Amino acid sequence: MALSGLNLDARTLSGAAPVSLARVDRSQWARAARVVREGAGRIVALWGSDNRDRNATFSVYAAYAIRSGLVVLELPVPAAAPAYPTIAEVFPGALRMQRALHDLLGVAAEGASDRRQWLRHGAWRADEFPLRRDFDAHARRENAPDNYPFVRVEGDGVHEIPVGPIHAGIIEPGHFRFSVVGEKVLRLEARLGYTHKGIDRRFGDFEIATGHRLAGRLSGDSTVALAWAYAQAAESLLGLEPPARAVWIRALMLERERVANHLGDLGALGNDAALSFALSQFMRLKEDWLRMSHTAFGHRFMMDGVVPGGVEADLRDDMREPLMRQADSVEREVRRFQDVFDEHSGLQDRFITAGRVTQELARALGLAGLAGRASGQAFDLRCDFPWAPYDKLGVKKVVHTNGDVAARVKVRFDELYEALRLVREILAGLPAGAARVALPYAAPGAMGFGWVEGWRGETLVALEAGENNRIRRCHAHDPSWQAWPVLEHAVIGNIVPDFPLINKSFNLSYSGEDC
Amino acid sequence: MIPIILQVLRTGIISEPTPEAREEWRVRSAQIQAEIVRLLGRALVIRHVDAGSCNGCELEIHALNNPYYNIEGLGIRFAASPRHADMLLVTGPVSRHMERALRIVYEAMPDPKLVVAVGDCGRDGGVFGESYATCGGVSKVLPVDVVVPGCPPPPLDILRGILTAIAS
Repeated sequence: MALSGLNLDARTLSGAAPVSLARVDRSQWARAARVVREGAGRIVALWGSDNRDRNATFSVYAAYAIRSGLVVLELPVPAAAPAYPTIAEVFPGALRMQRALHDLLGVAAEGASDRRQWLRHGAWRADEFPLRRDFDAHARRENAPDNYPFVRVEGDGVHEIPVGPIHAGIIEPGHFRFSVVGEKVLRLEARLGYTHKGIDRRFGDFEIATGHRLAGRLSGDSTVALAWAYAQAAESLLGLEPPARAVWIRALMLERERVANHLGDLGALGNDAALSFALSQFMRLKEDWLRMSHTAFGHRFMMDGVVPGGVEADLRDDMREPLMRQADSVEREVRRFQDVFDEHSGLQDRFITAGRVTQELARALGLAGLAGRASGQAFDLRCDFPWAPYDKLGVKKVVHTNGDVAARVKVRFDELYEALRLVREILAGLPAGAARVALPYAAPGAMGFGWVEGWRGETLVALEAGENNRIRRCHAHDPSWQAWPVLEHAVIGNIVPDFPLINKSFNLSYSGEDC
Repeated sequence: MIPIILQVLRTGIISEPTPEAREEWRVRSAQIQAEIVRLLGRALVIRHVDAGSCNGCELEIHALNNPYYNIEGLGIRFAASPRHADMLLVTGPVSRHMERALRIVYEAMPDPKLVVAVGDCGRDGGVFGESYATCGGVSKVLPVDVVVPGCPPPPLDILRGILTAIAS
């Protein structure tokens, strides 16, 4: 364990992700955050669990990415005084996670600068907490009024533009409060939580063997990444190694998911800058791509394709050639479209310098994933901690530094080409053998973690087994948590009409964050 | 500009004949258009509301707007305002936090209005069920005309659901 000077008693977990787990006390908890920060680490997720039935405590967990892998710290918090030291002063990206943790579990972050509710609107009262085991999750409560105190910007000529939760297009719901002078954005404050579905609590109704179905619907556009992270977590706690063929097929699905999302977003980005040609052309390619996924994997988005123990269905041999050919033809076409993008001065005029996230800002806010790599944050789990089969594929990391819409577009093009190359390599190297194995019995209390680089960024699943192969606690984390606050900074100083373009260049998940 | 024009020519018209996936879905586009005109005057305008979906259904509604399905050619269009809409297309299990907004949208629509619930979640809450956070389906909140099952339902099924609603 690379966290020096803390005397951590950490144990390394088996599984695809390089994870170590340590129980800490309050002072270690607070110091660990600083040590991670000083070592250029980042926070991946923060969540909690009600363990009062076991040892009269709640547990608060923080998962950090450091050089050697993922370190998960567990801080037991006495039930009588449910609070822990804030880490948001060290990692601002943790602030909303801390607020959500309080909404759901009633454990407070001491000393936090913002303690407003986050996920809770009016569906449950401020003194009830859905993740407590004595909370009746099936009782229907009256919707309470929700008076959320937005931060006000004052000054000559400043006015507010409230947008949402329902937006003008076919898009997820959320509220954006712009404070503007003329057309210029002074501040954007997002209010999310509209799509909160109680997923963390809902996992308790699932078995270890079926939880991937729920995890894969935290954010539908990342269903493969989420289901794979879940499968890794399940396999880790079961001490099970999935068959080689299965993980190669999973990688094929993950890269195809990446391609599908980039195709859709590149088209939409062109469209948001008034190049509707791009939308039609990219959506045509995406439709072809989804249809092929349906033919090869039985589902257009490959939902429920990754299962604990392997994959739901083996890939038929006669699918290899059409999948290979499609990767070639899509690459040929996209390269042609990229030339159109590059030569289109109107488009470049909108892209360049819009929604700029400097490297310093990205680092300070702990931005990773696609948006992070457009701002010089060179993290990609497929390269940094390559799990099978990425250890055999040698993924090329794509990093740009300008941090504007143009840079995020560039990252998408480059990652799209790299994903197509990976698709071809995987198809060429796909090993023979079983595609799925049976699951052994899950020891109650066993924990496992999964950590997968999805198209948007790093996806984490933490899983704890209960009695009778059921799930005691599961938390699935979408990278949108860290990126939403960055979007608020990215639009400062831009004009309101550029917001849709900037927003789309990130394309963050509401559902993934609202959980 | 020349590469764009060349690409447009190269692509040609790719719109497919209206629903062709299954024989019982095969309806000539002229008939559909006539049906829409007969029932609604000129065209069908849809307002979509995500009431807590995982965003999978949104991907398929987007896909429905791609050139293959040519829905504008059928006279179907998605609108930004509920005041312009004949039909409300709802996805998601209806999260409790979207319940009020969904009702407001419905009330803002002029009569007569149709409601189509899209996806297994819209049907009965799907994988999310009914809980402290979700209502467990659109019909728990609004009168629903047609339910399109699937997780998510592919574009053709969504189109079929829309056509079923206007034909009823």
